[in-house]
Amino acid sequence: MTTIHTNVDVTAAGSRAASLVSVIADWITTADHKKIGRLFIGSSLVAAVATAVLAAFLGLERMSASSYSILNGDSVVQLFAAYQFSLVYAIVAPLFIGLAIAVVPLQLGSRSLSYPRLAAFGFWAWASGLIITLAALGANGGPGGGNSNMVDLYLLALGLVALGLSAASVSIAVTVLTSRAPGMSLLRTPMFSWSALMGSMATVLTLPVLIGTLAYLYVDHTYGRVAFGGNVDVTKWIGWSFAQPQTFIFAVMAVGVLAELAPIVAGVRQPLRPIMLIGITLVSTAALGAATQSTHAMSWTGTTSDKVQEFIPFALFNLLPILGVLIVLALGGLAAKAGRVKPTASFVFAFLGTGMILVGMLVHALSLIGPAALAGTVAQESSTLYVVYGAVMVALGAIVHWGPKLWGRRLPEKQMFGLAALSLVATVLSSLPYVLAGFLDQPGNAVAGWSYDASALLNTVSTIGHALMFITVLGFIGLAFKHFTTGALAGDDPWDAHSLEWSIPSPAPAGNFADIATVGSAEPLLDVKPARQGASA
Amino acid sequence: MTLTLASAATPAPKRQALVATAVASAAITMLMAGMLGVWLRFRAAADTRMSSDGRKVIKDWLPSDIKIPEVSSNTMLAGLFFGCVMAQWAVYAAKRDDSSHRSVALAVCLLMEVAIINAQVAVYSQMKIGVTDGAYQTMFYAITGVVVVLLAVGMAFTSVTWFRSVGGRDNDSHVVAAHALYWYVLTAVFCAVWFVVYVQK
Repeated sequence: MTTIHTNVDVTAAGSRAASLVSVIADWITTADHKKIGRLFIGSSLVAAVATAVLAAFLGLERMSASSYSILNGDSVVQLFAAYQFSLVYAIVAPLFIGLAIAVVPLQLGSRSLSYPRLAAFGFWAWASGLIITLAALGANGGPGGGNSNMVDLYLLALGLVALGLSAASVSIAVTVLTSRAPGMSLLRTPMFSWSALMGSMATVLTLPVLIGTLAYLYVDHTYGRVAFGGNVDVTKWIGWSFAQPQTFIFAVMAVGVLAELAPIVAGVRQPLRPIMLIGITLVSTAALGAATQSTHAMSWTGTTSDKVQEFIPFALFNLLPILGVLIVLALGGLAAKAGRVKPTASFVFAFLGTGMILVGMLVHALSLIGPAALAGTVAQESSTLYVVYGAVMVALGAIVHWGPKLWGRRLPEKQMFGLAALSLVATVLSSLPYVLAGFLDQPGNAVAGWSYDASALLNTVSTIGHALMFITVLGFIGLAFKHFTTGALAGDDPWDAHSLEWSIPSPAPAGNFADIATVGSAEPLLDVKPARQGASA
Repeated sequence: MTLTLASAATPAPKRQALVATAVASAAITMLMAGMLGVWLRFRAAADTRMSSDGRKVIKDWLPSDIKIPEVSSNTMLAGLFFGCVMAQWAVYAAKRDDSSHRSVALAVCLLMEVAIINAQVAVYSQMKIGVTDGAYQTMFYAITGVVVVLLAVGMAFTSVTWFRSVGGRDNDSHVVAAHALYWYVLTAVFCAVWFVVYVQK
């Protein structure tokens, strides 16, 4: 009898192992858009935690501007390269691409993503490129790296990252263009899906420019090193892809999240909806930045004619995206005025995060105006931080909002309100000191070599901000893990929302929709729900 | 509570392959536009020298000892235009459910791609330049190498479309149309490369 009992244990253990292998294989080979999206989201959040730690380390080093106390001079260049790369290509870009892959087909009433295996390829190309890029940087590759083979590897891996994100973006754009429910014209597309179309198209139009430049750099660095300045000038050629306005492109979907949530919390149809769509679209004009692969500054010198000539491209590249965000914020306010606002944690995350993105855009524009004298200072890093951390805040709100459709359970609102406040403090503390430090001529991408009275204070405050962002994201991951596995079950429509994904059970079943719905307006669920009390539209 | 919306019949396919190819084509256009932009920037920054006949001042971008094999490069351009005709013939045949003509057109298209890549190899062979010889040579190999990659992707696309055609996929006209679109874009892109790299030099 004992022998039989042992065999049962062995069989059960073998069964569990086989089950685990089966689950892993299922995730690796999945073509389900909800799983692919969650792979992107999970990986990006882990990357956000790691990047906040890296930023805090660099901040600790910057507290003492006279000498190196933690790091050595050789590693600083690579650490800054890893930091900038991670902020843009390990966090903000894949986070929103993942959200779009998971959510857009549900919003459109589609049974699947178009070309889901292309999106899956995009994830694995991005993930492997990310790991190889960081490994190459760690082995003294990257911009200014001393290990020639690792510099080559860095260039190839960065190309793989760009290829993966481009492939996933093609999948998203094609889904929005071809897989909408009957009756859903482009003008009736939900705001987030519209922003996903704009953001993914802008990504598809800009990242190939990076890939082409990387092809030149790779061939030159591997063979001749005669044209592009070898490892030293890598940043000169591809630096635009890690900075503004390129980061605005990846933040387009963040603005779309706010546009999606504002009328939901107000319980009304979005007033002036076409203008809202235009506002989101304006943010994606940042794609023009890739066309010239350079920033457009305004020296504000010379004759009035000279100033006007400088102002036009400056405004086109740097002010139009700001106008887009302002339009979205204004129309969101209009929706709030028309309805009766019931703030949710997701909305608070999105509202505060979009505000931070707007501040980042303003700091960026300011840093390009000659008399401000912020060029080359740490203020430009501050602009990136505002945009990226702001976008992370919005993404956390989006996960709170769409979590029920992806996991079937809700996150606790009270804790989420707390995390939203903490993330705001983290973003402001990490970014604002660098704006002030920029005015005091603290150089960017450096940990030593400046001198002003408040240096230690400003850099300490910024380091605390990064540490708080680390706590915020880690806390969010912990709460999400707990509540998405064992938390309270969410209803089918916990937010009294407007778009098609809330008409199906939570979590969304395989194939999403048993029946294809017909859409009669931009807010199809409001057509079949009684109006909320106090709402005027 | 699950809200019930009016259901509809499953919508007809909305030309996903054609739209995906259009989006990918936009990406390819930006890829090559970016590369040509960098190429032109280097060319504009080059010093000037007297031409070999001493009549005019020219940009010292193309090294004087390098001769562009115009026959091979023009053959590539002509091959791409001919491929466009074949690709459009395939679309014409697909719309009329003429599977034999569709398959023949796609097969000729595939042959043209092989011929174009062969012409590119001939260009490399005739120019006899080393990738490490200088800035022009490095960039020449990079930009033409990317064109070869795009041609290889086109070959894969043509092969898949042809196999589907031979395999009897008669309701495949949108894929054949997408294939033709790729050819048109590839031809337009190569026209720009041909003019900037092989003609303007």
